[in-house]
Amino acid sequence: MTMLAGNPQSDRQQLAYIASQAADARVNVELETEGMTLNIGPQHPATHGTLRIIARLDGEQVIWAEPSAGYMHRGYEKLTEVRSFPQVTALINRIDWLGSFANEVPFILAAEQLMEIEAPPRAQWIRTILFELSRIANVSLFLGDLGVQLGAVTPVFFAFRDREYVLNLIESATGGRFHPNFDRIGGLKDDLPAGWIDETRAVMKKMRKFCDEIENLLFGNEIFESRTRGIGVIPRDVALQYGLSGANLRASGVDWDLRRDQKLPMAWDKVDWKVWTHLDGDSYARCWVRLQETRESTYIVERLLDTLPSGPVMTKVPRIIKVPEGEAWVSTENPLGEMGYYVVSKGDLGPFRVKIRSASFNNISIVPWLLKGVYVPDIITILASLYFILGDIDR
Amino acid sequence: MSSLAEITVDQIKEVLGDLVEETFEKPGQDPWVRVRTDGWRETAVRLHGKLGYDYFCFLSAIDWMPSPYGKGEEDPTAEKEPIDTTIRQGYAGGSTRVQVFARLVNHRTHTGITVKADVPEDSWTVESWVGVFAGANWHEREAHEMFGIAFDGHPDLRNIYLPTDFEGHPLRKDFPLLARMVKPWPGIVDVEPLPGGDDEGEGAAE
Repeated sequence: MTMLAGNPQSDRQQLAYIASQAADARVNVELETEGMTLNIGPQHPATHGTLRIIARLDGEQVIWAEPSAGYMHRGYEKLTEVRSFPQVTALINRIDWLGSFANEVPFILAAEQLMEIEAPPRAQWIRTILFELSRIANVSLFLGDLGVQLGAVTPVFFAFRDREYVLNLIESATGGRFHPNFDRIGGLKDDLPAGWIDETRAVMKKMRKFCDEIENLLFGNEIFESRTRGIGVIPRDVALQYGLSGANLRASGVDWDLRRDQKLPMAWDKVDWKVWTHLDGDSYARCWVRLQETRESTYIVERLLDTLPSGPVMTKVPRIIKVPEGEAWVSTENPLGEMGYYVVSKGDLGPFRVKIRSASFNNISIVPWLLKGVYVPDIITILASLYFILGDIDR
Repeated sequence: MSSLAEITVDQIKEVLGDLVEETFEKPGQDPWVRVRTDGWRETAVRLHGKLGYDYFCFLSAIDWMPSPYGKGEEDPTAEKEPIDTTIRQGYAGGSTRVQVFARLVNHRTHTGITVKADVPEDSWTVESWVGVFAGANWHEREAHEMFGIAFDGHPDLRNIYLPTDFEGHPLRKDFPLLARMVKPWPGIVDVEPLPGGDDEGEGAAE
């Protein structure tokens, strides 16, 4: 109040000025578009599954947004505590249901690490091939779905058509289209069926054609570019501290792929392939990296088929599996990003505690930060480009 | 990546100083470090700032008390054998029932670290990491509802999965899994004879 002391004339002027400012401000507030809360989901057709997003809007702009997870929480971390080790794979299959086989691998590897056994080479190769096949099946659906979010309907038909070839391969090898439950501690349930290798080579050619089709349809399309370029930019430092992983992290310019940068008893380091990155960090970059990775995966599968060793697919394990006491952390580069299991065993039939680190949980936790200030139509494209599976958030 | 120097436990000890309580190493694996509870946030600050652990992987908690309900495999009407609930902590030791643990990775050298800290049983409170790693926000909310741990300095400790009025902390071991309480699990030993089968209840274990 010191500014009001002194000359009464100027004090009155000052007060009048403040009052007029306050009145202007009020008028401004009243003229501004009224704030509105928009509920997206849980049943919105454009959200994948049942994610609900509460967005506070000012006109067309989001001023605050918060995803509300938990509509599908199944409590797998608690359920694993009352299962035996071989039974757990049936549960964790259902975390990311589009790339089920990839969910089983890190858990089995963690159990094998504690038991200090390793699967025979042929099993490691087949594991890696099936892992990459589930990545292709998973990400091809993303590439098709991406078009739908932007109003292009054709890509999704291509995606569902061509994903079927990959699912048929997974089904003929494992017996399950979506939930293979094929990985065992110490190896695999079975060897590959006859004729599978030739069929896989043919399908990989088809999938590369599918990638080309998507690239021709979407990438380079003016509408697609204007809706994704420069939208939802995630800088590298922010991506790292939110724990983003997979293509989301590589699209922000971080050259990090767990398939290459980690020593695991898998076959990725036995063949030559490339890690794709993009420096932009926007929606376009995330989609582009995923497209390139799908194509790269088809090459990985082909090269692994070329070098597939012979031999057994199962090592010697006791009939009733007891895992020695200890703690193990194994994570792999799943279709959605880094997926890992922190397994604590007390030397029992079942795990003592399993912490499931799923990729989408971290990937979606950046949404409140990322959606601040974007326009309403961009919410859906940003969410689509982050690519999450509900089961992977809620576990 | 062998060309890049790996961060050793000695380096970690040097940077963290007297915050370190105990360390554990296993050949070929990332180290485990247990730090003082009051240095939990400072640990994150130093690991991030001085050793370049910039990738936040996850944060969670473990309840080390064995479940007093067992695995729910036996007949619920039968007389129960007493279950040993002696608390035995894992790698890098500890002295409390519940520990928080987190994993950080240096994305340049591809080396990780698992950090643990005891959760004091009188206050159930540890410091929050949100100021250091923004990604810790959701993980701490999850640990809060699942284990009942309060994170001092967290901006918004609402439930993330459970309904707001949910009672209890599901991942604590003394929280019973109700489905297993009312019906034994048929997975390990088949308790019901197969329809039309000859075997008398004693099915083979799968």
